[in-house]
Amino acid sequence: MLRDPFGRYGYRSPRYEMERLRQEMDQLFNRAFTESRLQTPASYPAMNVWTNEEGVVVTAELPGVEPDDIEISVVGDTLTLSGSRRPDELKEGERYHRRERTSGNFSRTFQLPFRIEDAKVEAVFEKGVLHISLPRAEADKPKKIAVKMA
Amino acid sequence: MANETKELQVQDTQKQEVTSMSDAERTRSRKAYVPRADIYETNDEIFVVADMPGVDENSVDITLEKNVLTINGYVESEAPENYSLAYAEYEVGDYQRSFTLSNQIDLDKIEAAVKHGVIRLRLPKAGPAKARKIAVKAA
Repeated sequence: MLRDPFGRYGYRSPRYEMERLRQEMDQLFNRAFTESRLQTPASYPAMNVWTNEEGVVVTAELPGVEPDDIEISVVGDTLTLSGSRRPDELKEGERYHRRERTSGNFSRTFQLPFRIEDAKVEAVFEKGVLHISLPRAEADKPKKIAVKMA
Repeated sequence: MANETKELQVQDTQKQEVTSMSDAERTRSRKAYVPRADIYETNDEIFVVADMPGVDENSVDITLEKNVLTINGYVESEAPENYSLAYAEYEVGDYQRSFTLSNQIDLDKIEAAVKHGVIRLRLPKAGPAKARKIAVKAA
C-alpha cells in the first residue's frame, strides 16, 4: 500500500526536514574546518599555549579544583602541572540522579619552546581557569646582531 | 576509596557542543557548550552542580520557567594581551543547559553560588509537593 510520502517523518513538514538537514550539514562542515585545529590532549587537563618573544602563557580549565591542590613546577624548559579534583561528598540521604562531573588525580608534563626564568613564573587561578605565565630565560633570548658596513 | 586513586582521563577534557534543534538560534556568535553536571536530591531539596570554567557570579543567568531550569554562562575570550595562540587543545565558549524538573520547586528560595568555575544551585521543593501520599479509599 502506498503511504503519504510526506507522512513518514511523522508530523513534520518537508520544509522543517530540509532546514534540519541544512543545519546539520552546516554543523558538520564547521566542525570539520574549525575543530581540526584542536590537538588531542595527552592527558587531563586540556591546555592552550600562547607565545611571544618574551615568554609563554599556558592556560588550563580546572573547574572545581582548589588552588591549594594545584602543583606547578618548572625545570629548564619543562613544565609539570599536577593536582587533584576532589569528588563531592554526599551526605546521608542524598542520592544522585545524574553524575557527569569526574574527579581524580592529574599530572601533565609539557615541553616548552624555550628555557624559562623559573624565579619569575607566575600563576593565577581565576573562575576555575589557570593562567601560568612563564617568562623566557634572559640567556635564552635571541640576540640581535648588528650588521656593520664593510 | 576508589576515588582517591582514580586518574582523570583524556575524555574528561572534552567539551560537548550545544547542538539541540529545539532551541532558538543563538544571538552570540560563539560556540556554546553543554556543561557537565551532577544532580542530587534529598527529601527537601534538589542540588544541581555544573562545571563552567570562566564563569563567575556576574556572567551566569539562571531562569526557571514552568518546570524547565535553564543555566546560561557567558565566557569572555581569555586571550592574553600581545600573545598569539601557538597550540590549542580546548576552545572557550559559552555554556547552556536546560533541565526539566519533575518536582515543584519553591521559586523564591532558589539559591545559586559560583566558585572556581563551578555553579551550585540549591532548589528547595515547595511545601505541598513534598512526597505526598495519596490515601486510597475502599470503594
